[in-house]
Amino acid sequence: MDIQEVQERIVKEFSLFEDWTERYKYIIKHGEKLEELPDEYRVEGNLVKGCQSQVWLTVELDGNKLIFKADSDAAITKGLVSLVVRLYSGQTPEAILTTNPEFISKIGMQQHLSPTRANGLASMVKQMKIYAMAYKSKLQTS
Amino acid sequence: MPQTTTDIPTKINWEEIRAQFPVLQQEVNGKKLVYLDNGASSQMPKSVSDRIDAYHKNEHANVHRGIHSLSQKATDAFEATRTKVRDFINAGSLEEIIYTTGTTDSINLVAQSYGRKNFKASDEILVSEMEHHANIVPWQMIAEETGAKLKVIPMNDKGELIMDKFYELFSDKTKMVAVVHVSNALGSINPVEEIIEAAHKRNVPVLIDGAQAVPHSKVDVQALDADFYAFSAHKMCGPTGFGILYGKKDLLNAMPPYRGGGDMIDKVTFEKTTWNDLPHKFEAGTPPISAGVGLGAGIDFLNQIGMEAIAEREYELLEYATEKLNQIEGLKIVGTADKKASVISFLLDGIHPTDAGTILDQQGIAVRTGHHCAQPIMQHYEIPGTLRASISFYNNEEDIDRLVEGIELVKEFFG
Repeated sequence: MDIQEVQERIVKEFSLFEDWTERYKYIIKHGEKLEELPDEYRVEGNLVKGCQSQVWLTVELDGNKLIFKADSDAAITKGLVSLVVRLYSGQTPEAILTTNPEFISKIGMQQHLSPTRANGLASMVKQMKIYAMAYKSKLQTS
Repeated sequence: MPQTTTDIPTKINWEEIRAQFPVLQQEVNGKKLVYLDNGASSQMPKSVSDRIDAYHKNEHANVHRGIHSLSQKATDAFEATRTKVRDFINAGSLEEIIYTTGTTDSINLVAQSYGRKNFKASDEILVSEMEHHANIVPWQMIAEETGAKLKVIPMNDKGELIMDKFYELFSDKTKMVAVVHVSNALGSINPVEEIIEAAHKRNVPVLIDGAQAVPHSKVDVQALDADFYAFSAHKMCGPTGFGILYGKKDLLNAMPPYRGGGDMIDKVTFEKTTWNDLPHKFEAGTPPISAGVGLGAGIDFLNQIGMEAIAEREYELLEYATEKLNQIEGLKIVGTADKKASVISFLLDGIHPTDAGTILDQQGIAVRTGHHCAQPIMQHYEIPGTLRASISFYNNEEDIDRLVEGIELVKEFFG
């Protein structure tokens, strides 16, 4: 799916909910569906800094696309992380670099994206973009 | 509620006091705000923000240097706070009240000035396992430079210092004891009187981190016989960016300044500078004047209520909250010292503190989550962090009930 389509699709899914409890419950459920990150990836080196809860993020290249895997020890964080992974994983570095996760504010979760918020979602998005940047230049030179 | 006539004159109307805090009248996420993060910062009554406002409108100029009337007005307003602080903590003199930017700054001052002058390799600094990072890191920094070492007084699982270990750790190498009066993460009230008395038998000075103690009970530095006592304005109804270091005059006089600049000098030539007298020797540069004025107003506000009444009310609320929270299945209070101030750290079975904190915030309930800048405490319990409700005298039973309801919803979410 095209990255913008993913974004629009997430916004549509959330438009069904009437209050915050339903939105948060969906986020938590969405996180539960995230593919489990094997223990060997849950290491210090994969931790995203700036989180009160722990967030691990890994990346690998599949053809010209990046595959992200992530996990968190907190359920809401994990849910938010799973949405961002859904947006960016399986996309090209170019698409990742040119797309901001606008859906987050559209689903009423903008407070979680503030760089000063201690949940680290902003740090994770930044980390994904750094990976995309690195792989973009790697793909260009190879 | 029916009131007996004998009750009326002595009873404080806490709802009237609460009404003086404009910030508490707002809604957060569509719900009436329940503010239970007073350990991080208290709120400001209108009298304090009005005083700061009036200072800016009528009295502002730089302090201690102008011949003109406005500068004198600002200086008078700023220095009036020093007298109020001296009386509030019963210090011996105005020279013993050093203005800083907060507790952290106060402790850094002692570490950098007293520590650099007096510590040498193999000396030991005694801290406790329940210190805030502000009473660990400044000592580590000076220890690294001087070769001194940190020794740690352990605590038991209730969150009480193991005093036997304190005596065991104390030796001829001990050159400073730095302990927290009231733990910000657990609420434990430490036996600082005993610690000070013991240290003085060996002529070792004691610094007390009083950030969480001064706002909640009557502290008398002379009765305690503390050598240094540090606290912050923003935890006692004052503004941020301002704090106090109390120090005994003899000790302060023997200490070199650690920051240079204006206000702290006597005479400056390129060859040599001589220092100003106490307390200005430690107050380089233009201070946060309005914040200092604000602290004075904060002390006035607390004095009007009375620290005994405040301590009593907060204890009442602590008891109420502890009882209510203990009834919640799957909730475990972390920190159950016999002597506690109105701080309750807790865990919810199987629920990450940040998740719980997020759902509470959605309901307009402000608590703190995380390690509370006291990671060694979390390491003691082998937990990533806790939720912390810290209660002030302007909270009420309804706030606690809302917290309890909020937690029930959290449990529903993650159950």
